[in-house]
Amino acid sequence: MDILQQVNKEQLRTDLPNFRVGDTVKVHYKIREGSKERIQVFQGIVIQKHGENISKTFTVRKISNGVGVERIFPLHSPNIDKIDVVRFGTVRRAKLFYLRKAKGKAARVKEKKRY
Amino acid sequence: MIGLIGKKIGMTQIFNQNGEMIPVTVIKAGPCQVIYRKTKEKHGYDAVQLGFEEYPEKKLNKPGNGHFKRNNSKSFRYLREFRLNIYKDIQEGEEFDVSMFTEHEILMITGTSKGKGFSGVVRRHNFAGFETSHGVHESFRGPGSIGQCATPSRVFKGKRLPGREGFKRVTEKNMQVIKIDVENNLVMVKGAVPGHRNSLVLLRKEL
Repeated sequence: MDILQQVNKEQLRTDLPNFRVGDTVKVHYKIREGSKERIQVFQGIVIQKHGENISKTFTVRKISNGVGVERIFPLHSPNIDKIDVVRFGTVRRAKLFYLRKAKGKAARVKEKKRY
Repeated sequence: MIGLIGKKIGMTQIFNQNGEMIPVTVIKAGPCQVIYRKTKEKHGYDAVQLGFEEYPEKKLNKPGNGHFKRNNSKSFRYLREFRLNIYKDIQEGEEFDVSMFTEHEILMITGTSKGKGFSGVVRRHNFAGFETSHGVHESFRGPGSIGQCATPSRVFKGKRLPGREGFKRVTEKNMQVIKIDVENNLVMVKGAVPGHRNSLVLLRKEL
């Protein structure tokens, strides 16, 4: 396993902020259209983190025009320009799949003060 | 078809320049030394015998060591033969490492597949099996009929039936090299390679 970790070592990203499940984040994602490159921002609640090492991913959920949209980002992808943590959340689960069915008040995540 | 002998390390993922995730198998390959050179005049065909992974001399018997002593090379654990169609100027004692490959090159990779034990026809020969309801009783994954009746009153040879599956020599073609690490003797190829971790694999150039 040691060799495998060494292979991925240089591609692991250490410049991203620490965020947890329940936090609201802004993901600045690079998108290539032909030779052009632009940055798209996706803002939503992190509802899960999955995997280990280079294959680690996180899922961001937002409500867009009344429709729930989820996007899975590879955490160590070079296409992630930056991640802003907009709001810290307090949750008691590792996976927030209950948000998919929750409506209205139930679909909120409590804010946590962190100093 | 010159190549290298290597060991499968395992699978992981790497990102390419476009930021796409690519599944790769990491193989520790070479350095390999040419221990013996077979020629068309003497042996009927052109080939090289490559040695891989150094091995302490005291663990080999005298004839074993003698084979390596012919050109004063070190002793190796594994010896494998590679046929030569071109590159016929290779001499005994020459050494090869992963720098013989280039990125995006297409390789042929041979390994020994994982053993699956005694398997039924569904796993072994991709039979469809039967329905799990609609009157089927007891036989859900069986082979069905395996032949006729009094004529020929035997089962034809080659009939696909249950038996030992896996642990066979398997060659995968069109394996693309994604990355090379000359310093650590590593080759990363796209996709899966036959065999379990630490099993011996042969990497051959497609020529």
